[in-house]
Amino acid sequence: MSVPVLEISALTKHYGGVHALDGVSFSIARGELLALIGPNGAGKSTCFNIINGQLRPDSGWVRLAGRDITGLAPRRIARLGVGRTFQIATVFASMTALENVQMALIAARGQVFGLWSPARRMGREDALALLEQTGMAALAERPAATLAYGDVKRLELAMALAGDPALLLMDEPTAGMSSGERQAMIALVRQLTRARGLAVLFTEHAMDVVFGHADRVVVLARGRLIANGSVEAVQGDPAVRQAYLGGAPSSLSEAP
Amino acid sequence: MSFESLLFQAVNGFASASGLFLVAAGLSIIFGVTRIVNMAHGSFYMLGLYLAVTLAPLLGATFGGALGFWGGILGAALVTAALGALVEVVLLRRIYAAPELYQLLATFALLLIVNDATLYLWGPEDILGPQAPGLSGAVEFLGRRLPEYDIFLALIGPLVLLGLHLLLKRTRFGRLIRAATQDREMVAALGINEALLFTAVFALGTGIAGFGGALQMAREPANLALDLSVLGDAFVVVVVGGMGSIRGAYVAALLVAEVKALCTALGLVEVGGFTFNMSRLTLVAEFLVMAVVLVVRPHGLFGRPQPAQARRGEAEAPLVPLGRTGRLIVLAALVFFAGIPLLGAVASYAPVLALDMVIAALFAASLHLLMGPGGLASFGHAAYFGLGAYGTAYAATVLGLPTPLAFAVGMATAAAGAVLFGWFCVRLEGVYFAMLTLAFAQIVWSIAHQWEEVTGGSNGLFGVWPDPPFDSANGLYLAALGVTVLGLVLIRRLVFAPFGLALRAARDSRLRAEASGIAVEKVRWLAFAIAGTLCGAAGGLFAFAKGSISPEAISVGRSIDGLVMVLLGGVHSLMGPLLGAGGLTLLQDMVMRESPYWRGLLGLIILLIVLLFPSGLAAGLPRKRGAP
Repeated sequence: MSVPVLEISALTKHYGGVHALDGVSFSIARGELLALIGPNGAGKSTCFNIINGQLRPDSGWVRLAGRDITGLAPRRIARLGVGRTFQIATVFASMTALENVQMALIAARGQVFGLWSPARRMGREDALALLEQTGMAALAERPAATLAYGDVKRLELAMALAGDPALLLMDEPTAGMSSGERQAMIALVRQLTRARGLAVLFTEHAMDVVFGHADRVVVLARGRLIANGSVEAVQGDPAVRQAYLGGAPSSLSEAP
Repeated sequence: MSFESLLFQAVNGFASASGLFLVAAGLSIIFGVTRIVNMAHGSFYMLGLYLAVTLAPLLGATFGGALGFWGGILGAALVTAALGALVEVVLLRRIYAAPELYQLLATFALLLIVNDATLYLWGPEDILGPQAPGLSGAVEFLGRRLPEYDIFLALIGPLVLLGLHLLLKRTRFGRLIRAATQDREMVAALGINEALLFTAVFALGTGIAGFGGALQMAREPANLALDLSVLGDAFVVVVVGGMGSIRGAYVAALLVAEVKALCTALGLVEVGGFTFNMSRLTLVAEFLVMAVVLVVRPHGLFGRPQPAQARRGEAEAPLVPLGRTGRLIVLAALVFFAGIPLLGAVASYAPVLALDMVIAALFAASLHLLMGPGGLASFGHAAYFGLGAYGTAYAATVLGLPTPLAFAVGMATAAAGAVLFGWFCVRLEGVYFAMLTLAFAQIVWSIAHQWEEVTGGSNGLFGVWPDPPFDSANGLYLAALGVTVLGLVLIRRLVFAPFGLALRAARDSRLRAEASGIAVEKVRWLAFAIAGTLCGAAGGLFAFAKGSISPEAISVGRSIDGLVMVLLGGVHSLMGPLLGAGGLTLLQDMVMRESPYWRGLLGLIILLIVLLFPSGLAAGLPRKRGAP
């Protein structure tokens, strides 16, 4: 079996006496769209922030294509091929959409300390291509501050792809979007995953998105991994029902 | 050095720590609740002392010495608190929603105004207060005489700490303060009278500062330099202790004061045949304490990581290179300035004034690189101006180097300073960055003041005249114009280069920048170093232009001049700082010679800007996409 793109093992993180994360292990393969779900406070964000390097785990490790990246700085991890989008989409508001992607490309290519030649023409073609792929080409010259929120999310995705990542971390990629936008966004992510051979790890509250598109689902509850399997297996898992609904008989497949 | 003298100095350290603590505690409480760093906090300390030395003899004449002295202190504290409340109601209430930079500037304007008002009311001479009745003696302690008043002061700090602790834990007012410190919106949502709470907190904070100042009555004379020196110290204490922590403020005050006391106690130390006078190294020691703490605990000893501050105010429009018209205007301006020497035949003053403007333009543009694209408002840019000026002056006079080489030495000095201080400053953001840069500038200023062998002390260095062909007004002016144009071109290239893009990216969203693989601190560090070096060039030109350099020329006032220039012209535009520099230089030239209260007037101008355009000056101007 080939080395997984991402492998995390026995990740543990305490805050005082609270176990935000308690011995969580899973892995993602190339071309896989993996959903990380769980009730509020389950440890999804902690898990994300450890993989991304914003937090350091108390114990356990993170490997990217077999290489230990535990505790590296976020920018190091980014340069090693991990793209990230945030729950509240963040882009560089004072730049045009095109400049945003150019900036991401310049950073990914290690050209940040260029002090003299203008950045204007650097990576322009590649940036336009990325905007094209995410459906943003028509808005390339618009200042990011004037974009609609759905467009900001797609711009952020284009930026996350700029480093040609092996792994994409998406924290609630469809939060704040309308139902139609949600489906379009996740379809786009899915198509990119296939086309680029990406591995995508995403958290999501919208169950229609999770169960309609994920290849596999990992469920966290109170810092522990309680399920890891196909959509059908997780939907039928009593432990997952227990965690989400406190045992009440209801359908998980409905959007909240 | 004996063990006894060490112990003796340790007690002394406790006494100084109390004074520091009282200022820092008030600063910290006010920041915790209102999120405003009160730049005028040292002014309330100074006012407390001036009021005390005035009230004590007045009250003493009626009620007797003892009652006069203690009544004077209490009265001074109360009057300061009342003034604080007045300031909060009249000024601060209008700027709570304004950008951070404007809040800092507004309270700094207050500092300038209070200083000039004090000069007007009490005059420029130091004023000595009466001795403390009953505590004017000294106790025999390990063979030394320890002033009773120092022992009393040493006890006051912990007492106030205890009092504040009880106030915060046991009273409703204290609970409200703690609640507001944790979550302001929640307190407002609970229907608590926020306005009243803020006023009360500001009065409490300034009252404590005034109390601290008044207590110094028996120790040091009231003088006009106190506000800034105390402010610098308080910033160091707050940065070391952790913003918002009262306990941290006391521990940090003690740490800083004890390290200083230790240096004094060590006195002359011989290392490898060299004799060092440790008592002159107190400032360096203070810096080292801060450096070590910031490396080990970036948020201070008891501080918590600062929450990511949402950027207030709208995002800047994308930067666009100059169009055809813009290029023509720049070219015309260049021709005009290059032609100024021709005007010299008609108006001999023209090249002199133009030289001032050119130097100011380089100074303001270098600051703008940090403030605009970098989003980091430095309140201590004067430090690098000073390092450049002193480096140049020292190389030209003492070392006797030729003019270009002396100028290069100045720039190198500024660069070294900016690299060293910048390493610490870029670890912080927002008000913390502002405080730390100001503290460093105070340290540079104090070194210029104290290291007489090298800097000439308060007189400064004289006879810094350039060699031919720079020795004529026109020669020097053209050289300065050349240097400035080079500097401006460099800044402009930087801003449009990948580096400038990354600097702006880090300002817009640090989180996104890091996640994209940008080394934010390194980018900012380099920006700091470049800005400092170019600022040093402005300082070097200044030294040659005036033929001398003194501590007064590099005081915090110069840092503020820079901020005002950038704001006058508009922080969002690359050309703005140049217009602001020209405007302020002209204004200074017209008003400065007319009035001794120039600084206070500048303060009023700043206040006016802030109050008229509370969301930033740029908001008051029509925004034009493609404007330079």
